[in-house]
Amino acid sequence: MSVILQVRDLNLWYGDHQALQNIQMDVPANEITALIGPSGCGKSTFLKSINRMNDLIPGVRIEGTVTYSGINIYDPAVDTTWLRKQIGMVFQKPNPFPMSIYDNIAYGPRTHGTRSKLQLDEIVETSLRDAAIWNEVKDRLKSSALGLSGGQQQRLCIARALAVKPDILLMDESTSALDPISTAKIEDLAVELKSKYTVIIVTHNMQQATRVSDKTAFFLLGEVVEFGDTERIFSTPVDKRTEDYITGRFG
Amino acid sequence: MEHLSSRRRAYDRGLRFLLYLCAGITCALLVFLIGYIFYHGLGSISWQLLSTQSSYLNDTIGILPNLLNTLYIILVSMVVVLPLGVGAAVYLTEYATNHKVVNIIEFATETLTGIPSIIFGLVGMLFFIQIMGLKQGILAGGLTLVLMILPVIVRTTQESLKTVPQSYREGALALGAGKWHTVRTVVLPNAVDGIITGCILAVGRIVGESAALLFTAGFGLVLNSFGTALQSSSATLTVALYVYASERGETEVAFAIAAILMILTFLINLAANLVGRKLKKSK
Amino acid sequence: MRDRFNEQLERLHLEMIRMGALCEDAISAAAEALLKGDAQLAQVAIDAERETDQKEREVEDLCLKLLLQQQPVAKDLREISAALKMISDLERIGDQAADIAELTRFVRLTDETGRLHIGDMARAVISMVTDSVDSFVKKDLELARRVMAEDDEVDALFIQVRKELIAMIAADASRGEVGLDLLMVAKYLERIGDHATNVAEWVEFSITGVHPQSN
Repeated sequence: MSVILQVRDLNLWYGDHQALQNIQMDVPANEITALIGPSGCGKSTFLKSINRMNDLIPGVRIEGTVTYSGINIYDPAVDTTWLRKQIGMVFQKPNPFPMSIYDNIAYGPRTHGTRSKLQLDEIVETSLRDAAIWNEVKDRLKSSALGLSGGQQQRLCIARALAVKPDILLMDESTSALDPISTAKIEDLAVELKSKYTVIIVTHNMQQATRVSDKTAFFLLGEVVEFGDTERIFSTPVDKRTEDYITGRFG
Repeated sequence: MEHLSSRRRAYDRGLRFLLYLCAGITCALLVFLIGYIFYHGLGSISWQLLSTQSSYLNDTIGILPNLLNTLYIILVSMVVVLPLGVGAAVYLTEYATNHKVVNIIEFATETLTGIPSIIFGLVGMLFFIQIMGLKQGILAGGLTLVLMILPVIVRTTQESLKTVPQSYREGALALGAGKWHTVRTVVLPNAVDGIITGCILAVGRIVGESAALLFTAGFGLVLNSFGTALQSSSATLTVALYVYASERGETEVAFAIAAILMILTFLINLAANLVGRKLKKSK
Repeated sequence: MRDRFNEQLERLHLEMIRMGALCEDAISAAAEALLKGDAQLAQVAIDAERETDQKEREVEDLCLKLLLQQQPVAKDLREISAALKMISDLERIGDQAADIAELTRFVRLTDETGRLHIGDMARAVISMVTDSVDSFVKKDLELARRVMAEDDEVDALFIQVRKELIAMIAADASRGEVGLDLLMVAKYLERIGDHATNVAEWVEFSITGVHPQSN
C-alpha cells in the first residue's frame, strides 16, 4: 500500500477559531478513504485543505505540511492551478455550469490548454464513460447540462472533474442531496474509480462509509480521533468516542 | 367584516377612496403629459424634419444632425464607460478583499448618482475643455456623460455579478482555473443579462440628458460626420429642443422633438424589459 | 440518543433471561423427576421444550428486526449476532432437558444410586446456564470465563459417573439397562454443559470482538 498524501501537523484557524488540530494522516493510493464525524468536526475543512480551496476564505491561517508528489502543497511556490488539476473536487450540491454537457466536460481541458477538437471529443467521451453516464447523454452532448436530473448532474460533475485526469478525487458529501438510486449509482462508481484514482469522501452517512470505503478517519472537534481499516473501525473501534459516535450514542 | 362598527366601515371606505384618488391622479398626470406633448408634437413630425438639417436659406428645419449627434454621443459614452464600469464592478465583487475599501468605493458611486447634472456639466467644461484642451463637442460631452452614468453601470454590473451562484466559481476553481479565467469564462457570461440591462438604462439616461451637455457638447445644429462632430459644437436632441424652443421660438418643432424623445424613452425602457426577461429565460 | 434502540436492546435482554430461566426450570424439573420418579415433573420438562422452541423463534425475529431497522455497528452488532447464536444453544439445552425427562419413565435415582454424581452434575450445569445468560445481560467477561472453566469440572464429573456406572453394571449385570439409561442422562447433562459453555464463548465475542475458539 503506497501513500499518496502525507499530512503532518496540520493546523487551521478561521480567524481566532481553530478548526483543525494537529492532523496526521497517510492517505493510501488507489483506495477510498472516508472521513466521518459530527457536524462541525472539521472533516470538510480538512478535505478542502487538500486542494487548497480553503485559501479562498478570507481570514484563514494554515500551518503544517501536506505532502503530495514529493512537495508540500502549501509551499508558496506551488501553482494552485496545477494542484487543483491533480486533485479534483466534487461538491455536495451538483454544480454544472450553465453550458452544454460537452462544454462542461471540456471546460477543464480547455482551461489547461487543450484546443484540438479531436482531443476534446475523446476526453469528453472517456470522462463520461468513466463516470458511467455516457450512454445516457451521448445523444445530447450539446444540450444544456441543467436539463439533467440531480443524480445525472452529479455524475456529470464527477466526469468534469475526471476530465483533467487528476490523481485524487475529493468528494464532499457528494450524495447527500441525491435520491437513494442515484446515491447507489455513485457509490458503485466510486468503487470502480479507485482502480485508477484515489478517492477521499466526506460523509455523514455511516452506512455509506461501511459500504464503500477501505479506510475511515473519525474526526471530532478538529482532531482525528481514530484512523484505520473501515472494517475494524466499525466492528471493534479502539477509542470510546469513536464507538459512541458510530453506535449513535451521541449526536 | 361584520364585527366592524359602521363608523369603522365608513372610515375604511373613505380611506380606500382617497388612495384610489391618489393613484388616479398619478396616472392622470402621466396621461396628461404624454397626451399634451403628442397632441402638440406628433402633427409636426414630418419626413423633412427627420431627414434634413436646418437651413436658413430654405427656411426649413431639420433635426437630422441632432439625431445623429445623439447617436454619436451614445456611442462615445458607452465605449468608454463599459470597460471602465464593468472593470470596476468586477474588481469590487470578485477581487476586493478589504471590506472597508469596498464600502468606501460603493458609497462614492452611490453619491455620484445624486449629484445634479448641471454640476457635471460645469466640471466637464472645466476639466475636459479648459484643462485638457478639448473643443466643445461630442467627445467632451461624451466623456462628461461617462462620469454621470459610471455609477449606473457599476451598480447594475455588481448586482448582476452577485446573482451568479458562488457554486459556479467554486466549480471552476476546483478544476484548476485561475481567478481571471473563472471570471472571464464562467462569471461574466452569466452576468451578461444584467450588464445589458444596465447598458440600456444608461442609454436611456444619455438620451435624456441635457444640462450636462449644454457647455460640453454645445448648441451646434450643423450636420457633421462623426469625426468632425467629436470636436465641434453639436447639439443632441435634448439641447436642440431647448434651442428651438427658447432661442428660435419654434415651439412646434420643440414639441415634435419632445414627442420623439418620449417615444425613444418608451422604446428604450421596453427594450430593457424585454431583453432582461429574454436573457433570463434562456439561462 | 437512540432511545428506541436502547429499549429494544433491553427487551432482547429480557427475552434472553426468560429463555435462560425456561432452560433452568426444565433442567431442574427433569433432575427432580429423576430423583423422585415424579411423572408430572417429567411432563413439565417435556412441555418446556415446546416453550424454548417458541422462545427461540421469538428472539430470532427480534434480532433480525433490530438488524434491519437499526443497522447496528461495533458492539451493538456483536451483541445482536451473539444473541442469535446463543439462542440456538439454549434451544438445544431445552431439547436435552426434555430427553432427560423422557428417560425418567424408565429409570429413577434410587437411594443406592444416589451416590452417583448425577445430581452434582445437574446442579453444576443449572448454575452454568444461569451464569452464562447473566454474563450476557451484565456484559460480565469474568463471569463468562468462569462458566467456560466450570465446563472442565462438569466433564470431570461425567468421567467419574461413567466409572461408577461401569462398576455398577460389572457388580450386577441385571442393572445393565438402568446403568445405560443413567449414562445417557449423564451424557445429556454433559452436553448441556457444553452448550452453556458455547453461550459463554459468544458472550466473550460480543464483549471483546474475539471468539475464544479462534485463538
